[in-house]
Amino acid sequence: MHDLQLRMPSGSKVHFPRVPVDMVGVHERADSFTKRSIKNESKLGALYAALTMLDLTTLEGMDTPGKVRQLCSKARHPVPAAMMEELLKKRPSLPAIPSVAAVCVYPTLVPYAKEFLAGTNIKVAAVSTAFPSGQAPEDVKMLDVKRAVQLGADEIDMVIDRGAFLSGDYQKVFDEIVKVKDICGERVHLKVILETGELKTYDHVRFASDMAMEAGADFIKTSTGKVTPAATLPVTLVMLQAIADYYDRTGRMVGMKPAGGIRTSKQAIHYLCMVNETLGQDWLTPDWFRFGASVLLNDILRQVFKQVTGRYYYDKAFSTD
Amino acid sequence: MAKQTQKTQKNSKQKRAIPPLAIKAQLVKVSKSSAIVSSAAERHQLAPTFDFKYSAAPEATDFVKIDTRQKLFIDGKFVDPKAGKYFPSINPAKAEKISEIAEASAEDVDAAVSAATRAYEKTWSKLSGKERGKYLFRIARIMQERSRELAVVETLDGGKPIKESRDIDIPLAAAHFFYYAGWADKLDYAFPGKKVSALGVAGQVIPWNFPLLMAAWKIAPALATGNTVVLKPAETTSLTALILADVCRQAELPDGVVNIVTGAGATGAALVNHPGIQKIAFTGSTEVGKRIALAAATSGKKVTLELGGKSANIVFADAALDQAVEGVINGIFFNQGHVCCAGSRLLLEESIAGIFVQKLKRRMKQLRVGDPLDKNTDIGAINSAEQLNKIQELVAKGKEEGGEFFETSCTLPSKGYFHRPCFFDGVTSSSLISRVEIFGPVLAISTFRTPEEAIQKANDTAYGLAAGVWSEKGSKIHRTASGLKAGVIWANTYNKFDPASPFGGYFESGWGREGGRHGLLPYLEVR
Amino acid sequence: MRVPKTIKLFINGAFPRTESGRSFSFNGADGSLYANLCDATRKDLRASVDAARGAFEGWAARAAYNRGQILYRMAEMASSRSAEIEECLRNVYGMSESEAAKEAEAAADSFVYFAGFTDKYQQLIGSVNPVSGPHHNFTTAEPVGVVGMIPSEKTSYSEYVSQIAAVIASGNTAVALMPGKLAPMLAPLSEVLATSDLPAGVVNLLTESKREIFKHMAAHMEIQALSVGEKELFPEARKLGVENMKRVVAPRTEANQLATILDFVEFKTVWHPIGV
Repeated sequence: MHDLQLRMPSGSKVHFPRVPVDMVGVHERADSFTKRSIKNESKLGALYAALTMLDLTTLEGMDTPGKVRQLCSKARHPVPAAMMEELLKKRPSLPAIPSVAAVCVYPTLVPYAKEFLAGTNIKVAAVSTAFPSGQAPEDVKMLDVKRAVQLGADEIDMVIDRGAFLSGDYQKVFDEIVKVKDICGERVHLKVILETGELKTYDHVRFASDMAMEAGADFIKTSTGKVTPAATLPVTLVMLQAIADYYDRTGRMVGMKPAGGIRTSKQAIHYLCMVNETLGQDWLTPDWFRFGASVLLNDILRQVFKQVTGRYYYDKAFSTD
Repeated sequence: MAKQTQKTQKNSKQKRAIPPLAIKAQLVKVSKSSAIVSSAAERHQLAPTFDFKYSAAPEATDFVKIDTRQKLFIDGKFVDPKAGKYFPSINPAKAEKISEIAEASAEDVDAAVSAATRAYEKTWSKLSGKERGKYLFRIARIMQERSRELAVVETLDGGKPIKESRDIDIPLAAAHFFYYAGWADKLDYAFPGKKVSALGVAGQVIPWNFPLLMAAWKIAPALATGNTVVLKPAETTSLTALILADVCRQAELPDGVVNIVTGAGATGAALVNHPGIQKIAFTGSTEVGKRIALAAATSGKKVTLELGGKSANIVFADAALDQAVEGVINGIFFNQGHVCCAGSRLLLEESIAGIFVQKLKRRMKQLRVGDPLDKNTDIGAINSAEQLNKIQELVAKGKEEGGEFFETSCTLPSKGYFHRPCFFDGVTSSSLISRVEIFGPVLAISTFRTPEEAIQKANDTAYGLAAGVWSEKGSKIHRTASGLKAGVIWANTYNKFDPASPFGGYFESGWGREGGRHGLLPYLEVR
Repeated sequence: MRVPKTIKLFINGAFPRTESGRSFSFNGADGSLYANLCDATRKDLRASVDAARGAFEGWAARAAYNRGQILYRMAEMASSRSAEIEECLRNVYGMSESEAAKEAEAAADSFVYFAGFTDKYQQLIGSVNPVSGPHHNFTTAEPVGVVGMIPSEKTSYSEYVSQIAAVIASGNTAVALMPGKLAPMLAPLSEVLATSDLPAGVVNLLTESKREIFKHMAAHMEIQALSVGEKELFPEARKLGVENMKRVVAPRTEANQLATILDFVEFKTVWHPIGV
């Protein structure tokens, strides 16, 4: 594998080392986090932390303002007030169940999400650049981003052009990210979705991560949720290690968002252990780590209630939206 | 590199509005009536980091019963030592006695060898390979069924982390019996055109670093090939071997086929020097191994020895560095470094030495040292006070020799024998630290410039047990692997074991191989 | 009148006299003086081990096919010098013409046998091991290094040649003593070795009047394995060899077999992950 040089729009050169990744080694290390046993207070703390890092997502052709309203309501109040009171009876010292980090929607639904979340700090993220395939002319993709930003999105979740990447047109992939970040500016945070399930190899994932960060990504994100496999521990580990190396090289922190496939609290806690032991606790905040997961929320709540009451709960207890 | 670190630290301080706090302090306590949304909003403004402290997660021990006094296992029965002598077995994590172990005298050893001889002559050598194999399969299955008990006792007795005894030692021990069980009736295929026969009684002496696994490595091939055994566990770790004796009893293995005599050096000497044994198998220090070899020189007994090592782990600049870091960590800190094939010498290509050591330090800080029974413990207790002293003495000498010393700052339990993971950077090939087997969590780091120099430095030792090599270039891996004088080469991995994989060393690391088809050879006469 | 020659040593491809400057006489089968032989010392041993050590890496690194070619060349040279070898066998052992011819042929055949084994024994004694997990795992045999050979006085010439051929076939180098009646056989054997493309130092041959060198050989730290044919010497050789954990073996009684190669190899097992 050879190092690569790409051009910034300004004409300056960016040098890309190709950092090799050994699959079996990554799998072994990732597996070690599943052996961590997080119990009692540390489990409760981890569940709360995971909750604050959630990006609740709805990305369907049949999304409507009504659906987004439900999602936003859940984002604000994950637990119905009555339920919370019941919990506090058991343990008065229990901190409030926090709201989630963000909701993630298609650009057309951004205004509704903004409205429903007004007065909160919950961010609105819009998927963009011809999500999920990225197969649209570049000007269309840029307009996609521009409009999402105009509509009030706080965060843009763009997809990279996997076709261009796999055909070796890295300059095109790089340019698009640079241009999107340019449109986003300082205010809007850019998450770059690599769609690791289509890049197939960890070498590709690592290279795409390095490229996205050099191009200005604020976050790198595994998946659209439309391709299997979506996020896995090993692929996230490769990306976290890329973030660590980039941070060592430049001093700039980049966030990480595994998305899709994380359904249980146990899985979420494995991810948190992995972030903790790879990047350290500076990254254990919604500013630098997010879960792209919706089903996860109710499982976290079930586990919180179980920790406090000792009883196993079902989804219906918290609303199944 | 140092400059960059400073810069990044500063940067991270600017980014963080508040210093990291424990989550319990961060979460705002709310009264029942207060609005949830507002508290959540507050949280978001703080965007606090979450101080992830792993609560204690101890493995349950209540189902394990350890007798206050242990017996010997001779001729299918648990018997008291004839001289009535006992010595304590210490839980190294607490420095507390957990049981008393019987000290087998020469008389007891003699009884065990007689039992093994009778069993060999009257039953075991008369059984078909198929029937022998079935006993081994049974033993393997019962070990699996008693795996949690074995894991807990292994950890209590020896101090190794429960995650290692649970996930590595015990499953591998059972797998070893499964593997050799299948060989028992297929020995004619092992050495085509040759007639093979058992040797008789094997006297086996094993170390304290992998007590049950080493017992399995010794007993399984010996029994599969038709020999009977008298095995002496290490004096600090006798308990799981005695459970294995009970497993043999449960499996209805004929009396005397496996005998376990516990004790220290004198017991071991009585065993290996006993005229009634035809075969000696020893795993342990090179020093003791040489003594055994000397004694066997005149007796003519067949001997296999798995001895010490000072294995090199070579990292080339084109390696997958993050995975190499894991391999180096696993290479030296697995089982507190109490591993004969530990990658105790790290050889770094000079061009990446700086960044690699930085990564290594960062990774080492994540190692959790403490209660071996805690499922999150990465590094457990040093096996004995004696071993801890030895490590500490060598580290002190290393500090006198010079080289940059680094150890993690984790707090060690107030009781028990513990040692922080550490390394010496910039050591020379002639230094004590890079020549002597420390058998502890102590790594010696030096650099090389060319592949030839890497191979030459790796081979610059009297040992030849194992070596690691890390590179993403296939041809370089093969070239290096063939140049390394060692019995096991881990390329882009380290400390992997499997019953099908032959294990053993060149030079002063010993004689013979254990594991795989090659592991049959030491227990057979091939004509 | 026949001029009894002084047979020199064979060290590092050359024919030096012993550094001791001493020789001893050897009487043929008819009781008359057959030749004078060099009485080698531990210093000659040292020079031989240095030569063998120096030749080892290169010899072991040669392609198996190439070692086979050279062993076959040795067979060819042994055949073409059969008259000289047979004459020596007759004079030293008192063999008849047909006995000597048979023995010389057997020796040459050993070279042929192992010439054909250099690129096959790996396939017979190596293995690919089915480990649990995503790793490719294989075991190959490697030469142990410098092998010291202390044959019994009773070892026949053809057995002796077979033992040497087995040792060097896998890439070892040898320092071999020639006790008893083997001693004068050094002359024709070294001529074969010297003229058959065998790199200098791969085989070194020594003669001595007393059994003294074996102790130094057994104790020498640069010798990794010993073949000890004399039963009485075996315990002492083992003892002296412990310091560097020498592999000490008794030569196989049956000539020309795989087991002889097996005695002088180390098994190396290599692991590598399988992944993309």
